[in-house]
Amino acid sequence: MQVPYVVDERPDTGLINSKLAIWIFLASEVMLFGGLFSAYVFLRMAAPEGDFAYWGSKLSIPMATINTLVLITSSVTVVLSWASLKLKDFEKYKLYMGLTLLCASIFLVIKYFEYTGKFHHEIYPSSSTFMGIYFTLTGLHGLHIIGGMIVMGYMWLPMGSKLWDTDPDHFTNRVETAGLYWHFVDLVWIFLFPILYLL
Amino acid sequence: MSHDSHHKKENFIQKYIFSVDHKIIGLQYGITSLLFLLFGFSLMLIMRWQLAYPETPVPLIGSLLGETGILLPEIYNSLGAMHGTIMIFLGVVPLAVGAFGNYIVPLQIGAPDMAFPKLNAASYWSFFVGGVIMLASFFTPEGAARSGWTSYPPLSIFESGQTIWLLGMVFLITSSLLGSINFIVTIVQLRAPGLSWFRLPFFVWAQFVTSFLLVLAFPPLEAAAVLQLMDRVAGTSFFLPSGLVYAGSVVDVSGSGSPLLWQHLFWFLAHPEVYVLILPAMGIVGEILANNTRKPLWGYKSMVYAAVFLGFMSFIVWAHHMFLTGMGTTMSAFFQTTTMIISIPSVVILTAFFISLWGGSIRFNTPMLFALSFLPMFGIGGLTGLPLGIGASDIHLHDTYYVIGHFHYVVAPGTIFALFAGIYYWFPKVTGRKMSEALGKLHFWPSLVFMNGIFMPMFIQGLAGVSRRLYDGGQIYAHAQGVLEWNEFMSISAFCLAAAQIPFILNVLMSLFNGQKVDRNPWGATTVEWSAPSPPLPHVNFEEPLEIYRGPYEYSVPGENKDFLPQTVK
Repeated sequence: MQVPYVVDERPDTGLINSKLAIWIFLASEVMLFGGLFSAYVFLRMAAPEGDFAYWGSKLSIPMATINTLVLITSSVTVVLSWASLKLKDFEKYKLYMGLTLLCASIFLVIKYFEYTGKFHHEIYPSSSTFMGIYFTLTGLHGLHIIGGMIVMGYMWLPMGSKLWDTDPDHFTNRVETAGLYWHFVDLVWIFLFPILYLL
Repeated sequence: MSHDSHHKKENFIQKYIFSVDHKIIGLQYGITSLLFLLFGFSLMLIMRWQLAYPETPVPLIGSLLGETGILLPEIYNSLGAMHGTIMIFLGVVPLAVGAFGNYIVPLQIGAPDMAFPKLNAASYWSFFVGGVIMLASFFTPEGAARSGWTSYPPLSIFESGQTIWLLGMVFLITSSLLGSINFIVTIVQLRAPGLSWFRLPFFVWAQFVTSFLLVLAFPPLEAAAVLQLMDRVAGTSFFLPSGLVYAGSVVDVSGSGSPLLWQHLFWFLAHPEVYVLILPAMGIVGEILANNTRKPLWGYKSMVYAAVFLGFMSFIVWAHHMFLTGMGTTMSAFFQTTTMIISIPSVVILTAFFISLWGGSIRFNTPMLFALSFLPMFGIGGLTGLPLGIGASDIHLHDTYYVIGHFHYVVAPGTIFALFAGIYYWFPKVTGRKMSEALGKLHFWPSLVFMNGIFMPMFIQGLAGVSRRLYDGGQIYAHAQGVLEWNEFMSISAFCLAAAQIPFILNVLMSLFNGQKVDRNPWGATTVEWSAPSPPLPHVNFEEPLEIYRGPYEYSVPGENKDFLPQTVK
């Protein structure tokens, strides 16, 4: 017997298994980043007056703005890739998923230059509590980006996307599930940008 | 399903090691966690020797501890920290959730497997790696963690062994995250037709609430662990205040962090964790009480509501562990109030259990004895918690042996007894054979006596003001002199408790091969798992698709021939 409700929705809950699972996973992610954001608030209140603002001014707002735009773009393209599958257009899917992966890579490259720029000026996590929480939060977010890239890269490459030929609905569900995760990662950045760079 | 002939013949490794069958994974969890329980208990026996006979060579294994054979203070600290960590994260939770949850929940809801079988295996192997890391930490040059299972900074930032502890925790947290997502989806999605929410056995409800606690409470600890790792490895000072003096000199960090932040994040997990420890135990006790009183659980619905409310409230009581940190009276007042409120649902469930006994024709078999003893033991554990939840009385009792006695009553003769009850109860389902009643009673009665012999004197010592985590058991303190003689009494009880587990180990091993063979429903039980063959069929569990026609505890229904109506019978 196969596990049911992998492709079709269970009538009384209206859900497939993976969609429920990803939402519960995202709830736990909210708690993970929620814990860190709470730590940020706690540490900011405990820090000397103006300390967070002083160290925050050393970050590059233009780079972060570009990164915000890049990530928002990737959120749009990931939806388009899923919509293409719904329209049974596999080539478009490859295109939009590829663009999503490209955006994710651009994000990481910009982040790399931001990090090395800080190290070049001898700014490290240990320099101040603000820099500590900056590197921790953005580092953890970066790991989430990489995790998403691994999953989406798998579904972009032939070894993952060959499921399209045998079970297109199942594959579409996988892309949707990954897309939900990707939106969440994007949303975390939308919170990180103001509290780290702008405040 | 006969047409499902694409099942290939599995070899030993596929079948027992890298299995994706929830029953095998449940057994993997069960065996691993029982071994860890034994190991964690043995660590405590070494500590108890030191407490009873301070600075005398430890018999038998003394040579492993150094030339003199005396337990050194730093190793004592390691053993204490690792006893807590192993018992909670590698023993009780994996046994209660990983083993019982995995094996029983899909059967009780009539599902062929968990919703995500591969994720299930990943969850076990992540747990296994975490356990290996924790064990390996004893053999690293730094030694195992020695800052207590609570890992309070600033101490935990400087003490050796903590980094590898944090690494192990990451794997354990990942494991329970994957596992609990799987449980929630399984319970929501894979219930058999006709199995509505209020037809679920109480055990399934307990596991359901437990899974939510794990999903939502563990991530903040993961956040805290990441921050502590940064403090240790990258030189940040999230938990270190400015101007902190350590070992005679001011610590060279940027400062302005706060040790209190760790305590908040840690207890935000660790208080719900208490309910993770107790809820599955309550679920097991509920199943066994209904079965052996031959009547429905009294107040089933109010128990379900109580369990859900308990789960919700457990997120807003964490700071009652922190009354003495100077966080302010307003905070204390709030958390003291929520703590009093959360005692209500526990009392509702316990009361429902007691009333369930009323008028039942009780069968005193081994699972029932363990389940029955859970009630007063958990009762003692719960009621002794009330003075700790009130700020004023906590000032006197905080960090004393009273606290140790309190939570051990909840977890040891409480949860662990319930887990033993579950092992005796479901052993026939897993193996097709019953465990020996005689050995079972030889296991139960001494265990009950010696458990109380260990933990009851802790209340006496704690009320006298003896602090926990003292290497010499309080010898140098004047106020402890009057209660010191209890140390030897408790230690001897602990050694006897260890001896009392021998009948259990023998019973499991002997019953596997020589136990009395039984049919699929030896206890005359109503819930769905007893409709499956013993052991249930690999990967599918049941011979044919099921339909559920009634609630979980239809025992002694008036006008029926038999005193039980299985959920699957029309």
